[in-house]
Amino acid sequence: MEQLLQQVMAGLANGAIYACMALAVVMIYQAIDHLNFAQGEMAMFSTYIAWQLIAWGFPYWVAFAITVVVSFIGGVLIDRILFRPVQKASILSQIVAFIALFSILNSSAGQIWDFTIKSFPTPFGHAPLFGTSLIDTHEAGMIGVTLVMLALLYLFFRGTRLGLAMRAAAANPESSRLVGIRVGWMTALGWGMAASIGAVAGMLIAPVVFLEPNMMLGVLLYGFAGAVLGGLSSPGGAVLGGFAVGVIENLAGTFVPYFGRELKLTLALILIVIVLMFRPSGIFGRRVVSRV
Amino acid sequence: MTSAPKDDAVVAPVAAPRAGAFVRLGPRHLIIAGAIIAAVLIPFYAKSFVLFQLTQVMIYALAILGLNLLTGFNGQFSIGHSAFYGVGAYTTAILMERYGVPYVWTVPAAGAVCFMVGFLFGLPALRLQNLYLALATFTLAIAMPQLLKFHGFEGWTGGVQGLVVDQPDPPSFLPIDGDQWLYYFTLIVMLVMFAGAANLIRSRTGRAMMAIRDNPIAASAMGINTSLYKMLTFGVSALYTGVAGALGALAVAFVAPDSFTIFLSISLLVGLVIGGVGSIAGCLVGGLFMLYVPNIAESISTGLAGVIYGFILLLIIFVMPAGAAGFVRFALAQLARLRQT
Repeated sequence: MEQLLQQVMAGLANGAIYACMALAVVMIYQAIDHLNFAQGEMAMFSTYIAWQLIAWGFPYWVAFAITVVVSFIGGVLIDRILFRPVQKASILSQIVAFIALFSILNSSAGQIWDFTIKSFPTPFGHAPLFGTSLIDTHEAGMIGVTLVMLALLYLFFRGTRLGLAMRAAAANPESSRLVGIRVGWMTALGWGMAASIGAVAGMLIAPVVFLEPNMMLGVLLYGFAGAVLGGLSSPGGAVLGGFAVGVIENLAGTFVPYFGRELKLTLALILIVIVLMFRPSGIFGRRVVSRV
Repeated sequence: MTSAPKDDAVVAPVAAPRAGAFVRLGPRHLIIAGAIIAAVLIPFYAKSFVLFQLTQVMIYALAILGLNLLTGFNGQFSIGHSAFYGVGAYTTAILMERYGVPYVWTVPAAGAVCFMVGFLFGLPALRLQNLYLALATFTLAIAMPQLLKFHGFEGWTGGVQGLVVDQPDPPSFLPIDGDQWLYYFTLIVMLVMFAGAANLIRSRTGRAMMAIRDNPIAASAMGINTSLYKMLTFGVSALYTGVAGALGALAVAFVAPDSFTIFLSISLLVGLVIGGVGSIAGCLVGGLFMLYVPNIAESISTGLAGVIYGFILLLIIFVMPAGAAGFVRFALAQLARLRQT
């Protein structure tokens, strides 16, 4: 029982990271209907910016705020410069554009900050939380920040005019344009927000996995899995999906005999595929009904 | 090199009358014949390293063709084709090293094994569409290296160490060396497989595949068994990529789990888009791109190779969004219009 609880808590802590990435993935998916393969690299690049600011002597939270703003602007620019021109191209061509972005960000981060592993500070510390050894303060902080972010997004999308406009632009671009919503800018805004969320995720993960250009690859993959599991049309579902992936991964690694740690990832992904076979649009996603 | 610039297999949905197809030789056939003759003559003039690279290009082209059959002609996505490539490569390696099967027989065996794996994987894939299918195939790509390393299979796969494969000897009656023979062997297999794909696309089955891509609902209303054809396409696609993997194992003379990661799948996808989705000849362009462009980027600047590679990709997507095949089609259409006026 003790072990089960421990594994669930460890899974939730990992899951918080995946949930952040899943949230960013869903943001862009809502805005442009595609999975952004470069999401992880954008987050990694943002984290390097934060690291550089801290190295220059800024306090943590100031560096945090600047990074979020810079990432937002970066996300908007990527949409305007890179993805506007290929908007009409086929889906596969756009995916290749994402791969190009991935390659550019990864390689230039390596060139600017070199490939050595750097440590990244955490504002929460690493003391055990409430005296138990189940979870430490940084892990609790990660879960907390993820939930706060989700709440803010919920309020933004449900409670503000801009949020409503963004949802309208995603749901039905033609009609939104007719009522005066600038759909192009809504898309750019979606990119900016996704980049910011990714930046927060990156800064939260960096103390755990350490800072290096390839740090986000595994995380992004789990993030995708979480987003798809929860349903790509539902931010809350994506967060839950992310947590679920973390827990499934840890439990499968510990309790499924014979497979053990070697096939942990494989097992988690196979479980997800099985879930999808019974519920092809994700647990919280809407079913898309096609009209003949 | 061997890239035949025109390919109207996709454009012409109606097959040419059968009697005429053998008699009339268009410029297309001349170009293909010329390319084959050039490909046959290359080994007498090229250095053995260049020859090895060209062999690789053909192998990649074949793997891309497999992906193209699935994505370009049947509209199903896959980022798991590195797994089929790996299964093909390992089938060859295990049969040769553990059971002493002659290399020639391992290639069809690899194809058969991959067909079965692909066909069966097509079953769960039936329930999933677009991104969800991408996730399922992605699982396959992630799982494959871990499965190959798995200690339970070590007796076959050699675990993390991988397996060393003997390079095939040329038949004794031919006065050529090992590299040249490998090149010819790959060329022969590739030509047979490309001809097979071109005929498949023009057949009743091929039209059913494309009908499913264009409108699955209308296709099933017309009496096409969409489930069966989707699974079959998955199988055939895996077969092509698996044969490419088998040839790859022979060419590199070594298989290891980490050669078949998700990055191989991504390269194949890039090759597919650059060559042109839904074009058979475009696969060769994709193969060339896959092998040479990373090398070119590396040679310009080692540190910034990824940046240069990324910019080359973006440039190509901006200039010719439908790939090389789309570009050629566009250029020919422009030429025809100029000639008319």
